Amino acid sequence: MTETFKPETVDHVVEAAKWAAANGAALDTKGLGTKRGLGKPVQTDATLDLSALSGITLYEPEELVMSARAGTPMAEIEAALKAANQMLAFEPWQPTSLYGVEGGTIGGVLACNISGPRRMQVGAARDHMLGFHAVGGRGEVFKSGGRVVKNVTGFDLTKLMAGAMGTLGVLTEVSFKVLPVPEKSRTVLLFGARDVAKALTAAQCSEHEISGCAHLPQAMAARSSVDYVKNAGTDVTCVRLEGPGPSVEVRCAALREVLAPLGAGVEELHSSRSAALWAEIRDVSYFNADQQIWRLSVAPSEGPAIAKALGGDCILDWAGGLIGLALDAADDAHAARVRGAFTHGHATLMRAADAVRANVPVFQPQPEALAALSERVRANYDPVKIFNPGRMA
Amino acid sequence: MKMPIPDPATLAKRAQIVQRLRAIVPGEGVIADEDELRVFECDGLMAYKQLPMVVVLPETTDQVSRILKTCHELGVKVVPRGAGTGLSGGALPLADAVTLGLGKFKKIIDIDYANRCAVVQPGVTNMAITNAVADEGYYYAPDPSSKVACTIGGNVAENAGGMHCLKYGLTTNNLLGVEMVLMDGQVVRFGGKHLDAGGLDLLGAITGSEGLLGVITEVTVRILKKPATQCALLLGFDSIEAGGDCVAKIIAGGIVPGAMEMMDKMAIDAMQRFVDSGYPIDVESLLVVELDGPQAEVDYLTDRVKNIAAQAGSTFLRVSTSEEERLQFWKGRMSAFPSVGRISPDYLTMDGTIPRHALPQVLTRMNEMSAQYGLRVANVFHAGDGNLHPLILFDANLPGDLDKAEQFGFDILKLCVEVGGVLSGEHGIGVEKRDLMGEMFTEVDMQQQQLLKCAFDQDGLLNPGKVYPTLHRCAEMGRLHVTGGRLPFPDIPRF
Repeated sequence: MTETFKPETVDHVVEAAKWAAANGAALDTKGLGTKRGLGKPVQTDATLDLSALSGITLYEPEELVMSARAGTPMAEIEAALKAANQMLAFEPWQPTSLYGVEGGTIGGVLACNISGPRRMQVGAARDHMLGFHAVGGRGEVFKSGGRVVKNVTGFDLTKLMAGAMGTLGVLTEVSFKVLPVPEKSRTVLLFGARDVAKALTAAQCSEHEISGCAHLPQAMAARSSVDYVKNAGTDVTCVRLEGPGPSVEVRCAALREVLAPLGAGVEELHSSRSAALWAEIRDVSYFNADQQIWRLSVAPSEGPAIAKALGGDCILDWAGGLIGLALDAADDAHAARVRGAFTHGHATLMRAADAVRANVPVFQPQPEALAALSERVRANYDPVKIFNPGRMA
Repeated sequence: MKMPIPDPATLAKRAQIVQRLRAIVPGEGVIADEDELRVFECDGLMAYKQLPMVVVLPETTDQVSRILKTCHELGVKVVPRGAGTGLSGGALPLADAVTLGLGKFKKIIDIDYANRCAVVQPGVTNMAITNAVADEGYYYAPDPSSKVACTIGGNVAENAGGMHCLKYGLTTNNLLGVEMVLMDGQVVRFGGKHLDAGGLDLLGAITGSEGLLGVITEVTVRILKKPATQCALLLGFDSIEAGGDCVAKIIAGGIVPGAMEMMDKMAIDAMQRFVDSGYPIDVESLLVVELDGPQAEVDYLTDRVKNIAAQAGSTFLRVSTSEEERLQFWKGRMSAFPSVGRISPDYLTMDGTIPRHALPQVLTRMNEMSAQYGLRVANVFHAGDGNLHPLILFDANLPGDLDKAEQFGFDILKLCVEVGGVLSGEHGIGVEKRDLMGEMFTEVDMQQQQLLKCAFDQDGLLNPGKVYPTLHRCAEMGRLHVTGGRLPFPDIPRF
């Protein structure tokens, strides 16, 4: 790592990309550097620090849309949204408990397609991203998508850029959908579910439009800051309901009836307790600092059995479809065992030492034809491999 | 609209192509007889017609793979086709191409309630998915007007929308997985019953790609539990502006209705004449707002919407008091197209999206254009998400009327882009809006999109002539055109 360039304009980014392309140099792109621990460590010739490309460029709360330069800090985005009682509905997680740093930029959140518990109801970051401006691997300035939700005008490159972790181009500005903060939010807790899969399925398949559905084994629940959860002395299944006040009350009561027969008792969390619990679940904040952390996305009904077979500390989210797994550190991060535990889905090594991530595929290896296709896509967008080469390997 | 010039070499080997296809799909699966080909000469955009060179109707993924591999080897173009209900000409045949119809892929493979999803073949209709899961109280949310006939494969190809997308999202937001055959015959799978991709989001990228990237042979969609209660409100206003204002206030108030449709006077009159839906005929704009959820929520939101409507100056209000009445309210809106067909010999269905606040401005300009062109226009909108469907009335028997109507439509779409919107909200670009792409995108923007095409279909054999006015040769785009590139970075702060 030799130099850091800190472009202040899109033209600067173009210059940097053209220089890199002409010289076969690799650039490591970053916003505020909060998620450097995510993905394969990359050897690059220079760092492109995008944090100076900052600022909200458009916010129309009544249109439910915001645009911002990619390097805009999340804190700034969230403060603006809060002032209008709105939110990013996909509930991006904070990198604090994974990588020790708070915050990040909107570009980073969208480029990494970072979504939290509400993803199961409202979709992922990629579903909320409406359009972008970017600089490509030949130094081209281009855009795709727009600022409206309904849009079938040309290929949806927005989806492609969301989650590409900066390997296809550098986002310089993004537009995304925002939503009103629900009037009321409550969480129904089920203690000691006798059959975890059954409890999660019952909640997910109810008609009560749940916006969060997680399960904490006893050991994890005991680490919560929320008294009802911490002192449960057993597993805790957590189901969130949001919406207009009268609706939430009715749905809460109905859901308690659905869940009560499935365990040893139910309880209800209101406003601040409910918010604190979901922030903990979102950020997988119960794991020890020296553990290696995996994130598995599987069919929800299979999640509990997969988690059980794997052992270790775990949190189930997305009604069982997302497993946050923490294992004792090992040179191979137990990759073969983790990936051997399921047949459909994918596992990402979210946290491990650089040396481990250098040797273990961080992202799920793909079948040959799909891997070749992805590689062709990547090669077309970034022919000289100037943007974070190998970070998604 | 110019289509690519048919390749004489391909036409010359038609007999050989037919023979090769018959070796893959025996019997009636290959159609080469002119009378039978006629059925496939157009899709929902009936202004354009072209007989396909040959039609093949495979029944298995393996057959699709072998067909594409063969066409790839022979350098023959392929046009994929679902039910042919698309309104932008995405399935318009080419004279020198094989039309590959997925009509025989009609199986529902797996319904998995525990995981809230259904795995189906691409030829299953949108409605058939809902019907298959209705007994258990589920449904598939995206609901294009053509839902009875259109197929899920086509829905994915066009990223189809519908009335209920406001709350429940478009096809892309309800899609979990796809099996796709690439032009060289390789079979790939994106997604499945789990969420998100483990690598690049190619599932997202192929959704709405209008048959240019591959042929879909299996689809996994999210199904949802039906809301406990649904209630519809009819709200009338004495101006378009007041109606638009009401829409804006509802959204700004944090309410996301299940659906929120708007129509102008011309459309209301046509609909009410066609079917009695209880629409008032003395209003300038009418909203149908549907609220869904538990009874308590619907009651609460109904009151709030009533208040907002009153503030916005509504002159007509009716709230459905029974399921029967709710369906009656929808009847008119659902029959928008045939209603307009009744008051005009022909009409063009446009489809653009604009930021909601631009609605009054766009409608005013549209009325001015209507006067200029001397053509009537009836408007129905998915108002909640700014998706416009102006229906331009014309008479194809009058010389020059179609051209005039098309030009009018183009002007409307240009206006959509001008106010910050897009060329298509849910119908796709196809051939219809192909030549307008430059209104929204620069040449570089379009080349970037085609870089994706080159990764999937290097030789440009899949559905050429659609979406992009010019299809660049992949080898040409792959070459690096980097200018500059000297190091010093005079202007970039360095550390």
